[in-house]
Amino acid sequence: MTPLLSLRHISKSFPGVKALQDVSLEVHAGEVHALLGENGAGKSTLMKILCGIYRQDEGDILIDAKTCHFHGYQDALDAGVGIIFQEFSLIPDLDAVDNIFLGREKRNRFGLRDRAGMAREAHHLLDRLGVSIPLDLPIAELSIADQQFIEIAKALSLDARLLVLDEPTATLTPNEADQLFTIMRELRQQGVGMVFISHHMEEIFTICDRVTVMRDGEKVDDCDIPSTTPDDLIEKMVGRRVENIFPEYRCDTDHDDVVLDIQALRLDTGGPDHSLKLHRGEILGFAGLVGSGRTELVRGLIGATRPVHASVQLEGKSVKLRHPAAALKHGIGLLPESRKTQGLILPFSCCDNITLNNLTQFRGGLPLLRRSQESRTAAGLMEAVRVKAPGPETPVGDLSGGNQQKVVIARWLGHQCKVLIFDEPTRGIDVGAKAEIYALMKELTSKGVSIIMISSELPEVLGLCDRAAVFYQGRIAAELEGSALDSQSIMHHATGGLSS
Amino acid sequence: MSQLASTNGTARQSLTARLARWRRTPVFYPLIGFIVVFFAMAMINDNFLTSSNLTNLTRQASIIAIIAVGMSLAILTGGIDLSVGPVMALSGTLMAGLMVAGVPPVLAIILGLLVGAAFGAFNGVFVAFAGMPPIIVTLATMGIARGLGLIYTGGYPISGLPPEFAFFGRGTLAGIEMPILIMIAVYALGYVLLGHTATGRYLYAIGGNEEATRLSGIRVSRYKLLVYTLSGTTAAIAGLILTSRLMSGQPNAGVGFELDAIAAVVLGGAAITGGRGMILGTLVGAMLLGVLNNGLNLMGVSPYLQNVIKGLIILLAIYISRKRAL
Repeated sequence: MTPLLSLRHISKSFPGVKALQDVSLEVHAGEVHALLGENGAGKSTLMKILCGIYRQDEGDILIDAKTCHFHGYQDALDAGVGIIFQEFSLIPDLDAVDNIFLGREKRNRFGLRDRAGMAREAHHLLDRLGVSIPLDLPIAELSIADQQFIEIAKALSLDARLLVLDEPTATLTPNEADQLFTIMRELRQQGVGMVFISHHMEEIFTICDRVTVMRDGEKVDDCDIPSTTPDDLIEKMVGRRVENIFPEYRCDTDHDDVVLDIQALRLDTGGPDHSLKLHRGEILGFAGLVGSGRTELVRGLIGATRPVHASVQLEGKSVKLRHPAAALKHGIGLLPESRKTQGLILPFSCCDNITLNNLTQFRGGLPLLRRSQESRTAAGLMEAVRVKAPGPETPVGDLSGGNQQKVVIARWLGHQCKVLIFDEPTRGIDVGAKAEIYALMKELTSKGVSIIMISSELPEVLGLCDRAAVFYQGRIAAELEGSALDSQSIMHHATGGLSS
Repeated sequence: MSQLASTNGTARQSLTARLARWRRTPVFYPLIGFIVVFFAMAMINDNFLTSSNLTNLTRQASIIAIIAVGMSLAILTGGIDLSVGPVMALSGTLMAGLMVAGVPPVLAIILGLLVGAAFGAFNGVFVAFAGMPPIIVTLATMGIARGLGLIYTGGYPISGLPPEFAFFGRGTLAGIEMPILIMIAVYALGYVLLGHTATGRYLYAIGGNEEATRLSGIRVSRYKLLVYTLSGTTAAIAGLILTSRLMSGQPNAGVGFELDAIAAVVLGGAAITGGRGMILGTLVGAMLLGVLNNGLNLMGVSPYLQNVIKGLIILLAIYISRKRAL
């Protein structure tokens, strides 16, 4: 039987990164095909190529055995490919009807927008999904789950023959997810082929027929769902040999030497009270899926967002951290997840970025800054973290990602920090710079600094961390250390503990 | 190549290096523009390049130039202050009214300046702590300040000021006219603040990336409050000069001054989105506007046409500066 979709030997490179290497995938009509892999394994890139958003360097896309050349999303739509995006493609200020039919508005016989007709159809679509959502509210006022349903309805309205669902259940409750599965079964009956991306093993075994596992931009395996097990799939997914880029030394956590004791930190009214201990000189990993609440917790901790309730002790003394400035005064620093939008002042030089929160130390009797002293200090710090740049006056925007991250690190070395929080410190950085940043983190811990590292990359958590807290849907699902800290158990807890 | 240059003579290399550094500063192109317009005006008008005309020109430009210092701070942090014209008028009429009521001039001036600062702080509270967009906040207070000035004066100018008060608008010190001297002092303070203090660096950082600045442990809100307070203060200083120059408190003074001040800042090479700009650039921008006003007047160009020409030159300047930024 001819497959509905056939991706053949697809390769794709971005500057400095090989995103996909010779990946093939077949989806038949009436089949739900799971695409499985860690963050960064290349799933989203592959789907963006399928939808014409990226263009492959090598390989072919065949639909009904005919080669397709997509030059944009519209071409893919015309060929019958629909996608439910992981990041919403909705316009927040428009209502459900306008969003569902954006760009494909129905017209009445006068050539005007046929609002009533579109509303009727939208109503019908949402009925099929078994949800009732007000059609005339700006969707920004709807819950995230409702927005997800509108995204799904939008894809359904395309009457696509091939539907890509990129983590559609991440924001849905189990009941709502069941509703979606009912629709998917219905579509399967109608012969629609589907690619389903999810990190939840349970869902994959509920709804999918076949699975393709990806790792590091390559296809590892594909098999029929009945012939495999969740543990088998997880092993294929994370089974990469951990490269030797991690420092050897590992500290023995002294459980009596608690630096930071989060006794109760409640971020939202009605939300859970988080509690956690951080010991001197350890690296504590925050593992979990993207959006599992790790960044929110550390932002609440340092006062970047105001928590509902916080009871935090630093070295045995109760501290109130109402603003990042207060956290800084107590020696707690956050290196945020997005270097460019949250970490660096891009128009500034390296020097000005590094000294930004140390400026008062360069003042003499008058409140004037001593520029030469500032520049010397910055140059010294840049050498300490091995930034490769012509000099401290180089604009930070000219540096590579790895060197930019080192500049952010250098900013915090000028302080006597007790706790440093690294949020995805190596995202988008090449392997060499990664190894240097790992070494820097270890160096810091040997000086008694305690580190929290948020990371979505399992090898990083396993290779670097002394302990790990695993997050699932806004809660700390487990704390692992020693022999219990392995990839299987992290994935187990990060996907809701349902996989075995 | 660089080795060759260093053996040939480090002096020359450092000169080219210094020139290259100059070219990268935001004030470079505005300065070129100023020089071009200045010499064009000098060639067209015989009366342009006389010391009395140049003094006149500078004095006339000083009021906008002083307001533009506060505006620079607001724009640098990614904000704007539309309320400067009415705040200037309100402070000036208040000084005049107090003096007419018998309050000693020094005290009246201090109170007038404080009211300007307070109005700026009022803007700052809404921008910094309520998180409201500066353009909306200052648009609202623009109306409030104008209305308060009109209520206070009943809509009529206040005259009959004590003669010694004329010193600030018409007097000279060490042979320099007071408005020019005050302008130089305000720019000197602005230069030191922005270029040589931690506070100045924070203002650039806030305009460059507010979130990163906040996460680095800088109390962004406090510095925003300071910015708008200072902008109100420079508007009040301009009000002092204008009232003293006219020897009357004019409740309707300063209409459209906010636009001239914004034009001066942007002509001076600052990015309207914040993070980039220099106080010397703003001075160049304000003087460029002054030269245009003065030169076109000398040429006998009708005031209506002058507006069109000035608008086109501002458009051209911003087009060039954007091309350069991209």
